[in-house]
Amino acid sequence: MTKPSENSVIIIGAGHNGLICAIYLSIAGYKVRVLEAQDVAGGGAVTSEFAPGFKISGLAHLFHGLDPEILKDIGMQSTNFELGPEIKTIALATNGNHLLIGKDSVNGAGLSDEDKQTYKEFKQEYFGFAKALKPLLMNKPPRLKNMDKADKFTFAKLGWGLRFGLGVDAMREFLRVGGINIYDVLNEKIGNSHLKGAISVDAVMGHHMGPRTPTTVLTYLTRLNGEAQGNLSTPKNGMGRVTELLVNCAEANGVEIQCGSTVKKILIDEGKAIGVELDSGEQYKAPLIVSNADAKSTFLKMIDVCELDAMFAQRINTTRTHGSVAKFHFALDGLPEFSGLEAADLGNRMLIAPDMRYVEHAFNHAKYKEFSTKPVIEIIFPSVHDDSLAPPGRHVMSVLATFAPYDLKNGWGEQARQEFTSVVLKSIEKYAPGITSKIIASELITPIDIENKFKISGGHWHHGEMTIDQSFMMRPIHGVAQYNTPIEGLFLCGATAHPGGGITGIPGRNAAKRISSLARAG
Amino acid sequence: MPPTIIQDINQHNFHEVLRPTPFHPRVDHNCLTKNWMDWNGYLTARTYDTLAAEYFAIRSSCSVMDLTPMGKYRINGPDANKFLNRLVTRDVSMLRPQRVSYVVMCNDEGKVLDDATIFHLSEGDYRLCCQHHQLDWLMISSLGMDVSIEEETHDVAALAVQGPTSASALKLAGIDEIEQLKPYDILHTQLHGFEVMVSRTGYTGDLGYELWTSPDNALNLWDAIFEVKQKGFYDIRTIGLSALEMVRIEAGFILPGDDFNTAETAIRADRVRSPYEVGLGWVVNLDKPSFTGKRALLDEKKKPIKRRLLRLEVSGNKAPQDSFLYAGKGGKRIGTIMTQIWSPILKANLAMADVEFAGGSQPNDIWAEIYYQKELEWRVSWAKGKVWNKPFWTHPRRSASPPGSY
Repeated sequence: MTKPSENSVIIIGAGHNGLICAIYLSIAGYKVRVLEAQDVAGGGAVTSEFAPGFKISGLAHLFHGLDPEILKDIGMQSTNFELGPEIKTIALATNGNHLLIGKDSVNGAGLSDEDKQTYKEFKQEYFGFAKALKPLLMNKPPRLKNMDKADKFTFAKLGWGLRFGLGVDAMREFLRVGGINIYDVLNEKIGNSHLKGAISVDAVMGHHMGPRTPTTVLTYLTRLNGEAQGNLSTPKNGMGRVTELLVNCAEANGVEIQCGSTVKKILIDEGKAIGVELDSGEQYKAPLIVSNADAKSTFLKMIDVCELDAMFAQRINTTRTHGSVAKFHFALDGLPEFSGLEAADLGNRMLIAPDMRYVEHAFNHAKYKEFSTKPVIEIIFPSVHDDSLAPPGRHVMSVLATFAPYDLKNGWGEQARQEFTSVVLKSIEKYAPGITSKIIASELITPIDIENKFKISGGHWHHGEMTIDQSFMMRPIHGVAQYNTPIEGLFLCGATAHPGGGITGIPGRNAAKRISSLARAG
Repeated sequence: MPPTIIQDINQHNFHEVLRPTPFHPRVDHNCLTKNWMDWNGYLTARTYDTLAAEYFAIRSSCSVMDLTPMGKYRINGPDANKFLNRLVTRDVSMLRPQRVSYVVMCNDEGKVLDDATIFHLSEGDYRLCCQHHQLDWLMISSLGMDVSIEEETHDVAALAVQGPTSASALKLAGIDEIEQLKPYDILHTQLHGFEVMVSRTGYTGDLGYELWTSPDNALNLWDAIFEVKQKGFYDIRTIGLSALEMVRIEAGFILPGDDFNTAETAIRADRVRSPYEVGLGWVVNLDKPSFTGKRALLDEKKKPIKRRLLRLEVSGNKAPQDSFLYAGKGGKRIGTIMTQIWSPILKANLAMADVEFAGGSQPNDIWAEIYYQKELEWRVSWAKGKVWNKPFWTHPRRSASPPGSY
């Protein structure tokens, strides 16, 4: 163990936010070491081989690209990702009347001209709302009490954007819908129930929410922020590509990344973080510790609870972090046939969500700790755009199925896993008869598996529900929403912090900026 | 391991608004005034016969008070000491078995939730006695710790036996080892065949004890004590909460909820108080590695103190009840009388006063504006206050060991 220099930083977790935070800090002159529990960097953004010759994106499987500002700051080009073509959404119908949904247009046999026009207008309006929230995302969330200059500026930009960016009428509408549910909004705006079902998936996928859950407009706007940033696509070689590029960039900037190093505890002396101890007993000292782990893991697993005030620990413990999505990986002996779709169409994102009632009914099960008997399903075939992922002539299928609650009544035992797999395959069979016979190998990742493998409490994609009460200046809880924590020298930089989940890198960037500015302020 | 809670709710009779204590048959018999009040949900006597007689029983002979309504929690398990030491501001890591410690609990912001006494009953087994119900806060504080917390308010009957002749009376009642007890000591003993715990603790500033037993033995304990009186050895009198209020102010003890708003019940941000602000800085140990509220108290310690709860003697014979306090007669308003009594033994108006400290220093000229009635006519007068840095009244026998016979 060596004596740490004053500007050395240890980052816990080499997920994309940890890496981006590391790069920013390194550029700012810090000496950064990233400790990663798994054998490879990347966290949820990895490409893994789940069957011999078949590779797939481990957790996140679609990508909106990184924010241009982040790319510029860390000296990367968006072309580095070698993104595939734009992935549109196909809302599957049993009768073959599928909808092809793009960013601002929708097509399909069952749609009237009016349907197409209202969709276009709806998207325009909601892109506007998402844009108005942008200043909030790209800054530390302002405190309501004891605001500093930056906080006031963020509020001013937010207020300006809402009042003058949107205009009076749009601002009034934004304030009306901001906290309500997507079900009511879509019923007001859109006529076609199939289209409404597909849009509502974007508001609830990854969350423990149905379309009628309040706050689902906000989760939808978060999704639109991604859409506004770039086309939905898959990077060459899967999400591991994003990590690989970030790792290269980090190492070029002098960041030391150490995989296979599980942090067991954060060492604290007189209320200050002074280092970390690994499972192996090895210790690393640094005056700055940045955790890319979720808040529960950071505070309740890596820190002796006595170091925290009682109510703080309680508030962290009661944040909602139960994941609801299961992920399936299938190795297929050839591309399956979907009724009414060409082989080339399978490069898109297929959704099974015939209408909003279907989605809400699927969620009902999750409320009572059951998995959906008619789940909402998202299917992609990454190998259509990228032949490096499967042997010639063969394909991989990546499936998200919700709702599959973390706290399943009788646990995720072998029987439950088999039952849910069969429920999901039966649902897909309705649209792609015979698909089951093409399966060579498969893998199921439940929220429990996500928790164990990726060390995310509750197996929640976003490191905690992104409801209003766990967003902005209350993410993960109020009092630690500005990346610094009650433990001096300990910071949060992951999706557990503002603005939350998704492969955005924004929490990592914001945390690094916060650390630098606090250091400057002394 | 999750903490366990055991709560006795099956005994509750919902027709009773207030719950009688296990001593109730005797309390009811002795309580001539039927001046009842609510203390933590129990039916409690405010006075028994005459306040003056009750007061002088405490100060010059032997008094008995039913202490059962006090919030009581049994705490044990591997992390019990760790739990308690994180809960309170004082360092109790070295509290020996059969010893008691006075402590204060703060919230995250370093504001006082309650004061309490920790009884280390036997190795690793503790009882926490609080003024108010604190189960919720105890449960919150137990997150991540292997500790068992049992609500035992209803399962332990307790009497305070206080006054100059309390040791002698208890000895005659059959507690032979009473003289061995030093202040804050605990004794487990037998009395007429049942188990009694005796602690040399109290709220009167005088020699005194608290006796703890199971509700089943409550009446036996009561009778054993009052038998001493019946035999004509010592006068022993029951006292209610009004008499206790007089002696606790004389002795300089604070009462959370009366002298200041407890942090849990405060709605307005300026109504909460830190231990420093209520004069309990002496039970805060900032050298202790960590406890709830430490960060906030470290910060507060760096700044000048804003206000303090002061012991104030108010001149004259008018009761300064609810009086405003001023810097100089007719000067700027700087505080309020929180609680006050007429002290028969000191012949003075004594009060607990919440006073602002401009620039961190104690005002040197404090005046009370007193409103009082003469034949239903309101009048106002001014009286000068004198700050006492020590308790108004104390007696060497409180800490004398052995206590000596009276």
